[in-house]
Amino acid sequence: MIGWTGVLLACLAVFAIKLAGHLAPQRLLERPDVTRAAGLLTAGLLAALVAVQAVATADRLQVDARLPALAVAAIALWWRAPFIVVVALAAITAAGLRALGLP
Amino acid sequence: MSQNAHDEARAGVWRQALSVAIATGAYAISFGALGVSAGLSVAQTCALSLLMFTGGSQFAFAGVAASGGEPLTAVTTAALVGARNGFYGLQMAPLLRARGLRRLIAVQLTIDESTAVGSAQTVTHPDRPELARLGFWATGGGVFILWNAATALGAIIGEVLGDPRRYGFDAAAAAAFLALLWPRLRDSDARWIGLAAAVVALGAVPVVPGGVPVLAAGTVALAAAWWAARKHRGPAPAESGSAESEEAPQ
Repeated sequence: MIGWTGVLLACLAVFAIKLAGHLAPQRLLERPDVTRAAGLLTAGLLAALVAVQAVATADRLQVDARLPALAVAAIALWWRAPFIVVVALAAITAAGLRALGLP
Repeated sequence: MSQNAHDEARAGVWRQALSVAIATGAYAISFGALGVSAGLSVAQTCALSLLMFTGGSQFAFAGVAASGGEPLTAVTTAALVGARNGFYGLQMAPLLRARGLRRLIAVQLTIDESTAVGSAQTVTHPDRPELARLGFWATGGGVFILWNAATALGAIIGEVLGDPRRYGFDAAAAAAFLALLWPRLRDSDARWIGLAAAVVALGAVPVVPGGVPVLAAGTVALAAAWWAARKHRGPAPAESGSAESEEAPQ
């Protein structure tokens, strides 16, 4: 259970990162490897979050209605659907499959 | 700053800012619903949008909360996902030249969307830095208002509806992360680092507590990202000269 301390600490940490960027010396921008590594790190973290949200529970891997829903989301993204449509399609797919009895 | 009442470029920036704000804001409904389904209260969910105000980190925080992770794991994951905002600040600060309270507000509004619209103007109108400032402020401000309103709406709806799985909200979270990841997958390094991170995270799920798999994957991704970024590095940049942004924000 994450309480208010965790919520506020996380907000503070993220604000500190934003502030650091505004106050940092500009010559860091001349380090393309630094900015590129930051972009790649974000991609890696997001991919891990996708995987865990799609096929994991708290302590094990589990294939259920989320995986086909994610596939629908991927197809929607391929067709350049807007964010909200992608998210809604995934929710509708999972909700529909569960109504049909899938876990 | 001179401005023309019929300035087409300014109107274009406003239109862009507004459409981005509406699209992004609507998306916060899903964050609100996911926040409460992850076990956060309505107030905590709204506080995240107000005070953290960067979608990726907020979803990551809720994701760790949902998997029963420790507070410190949630804080670290949110900070790692939000690290890119630091680079956006670096990019935007010389354009904005904000001071005092204005600067603090600019700091909070430094996110993917405001940086993307703002920095895009420096490409299309290099001779008009005021358009970049307008793009940043209009997009950041617009997203902030709609993002927070939509979060509150989503959190209340989510609480009224009850069991989030019945409505597929858990699948919506995965789709949300995929949508955030998607534009980055054009890069081949991002594809293999993403794949490796996903494999590490899933491999870690049965053996470590909630939230830690993503953190473990993040550590691997950090090492791989640094290695990949160095691998492609060209000749060392000159010590002085104009700041040049290498990577457009998504």
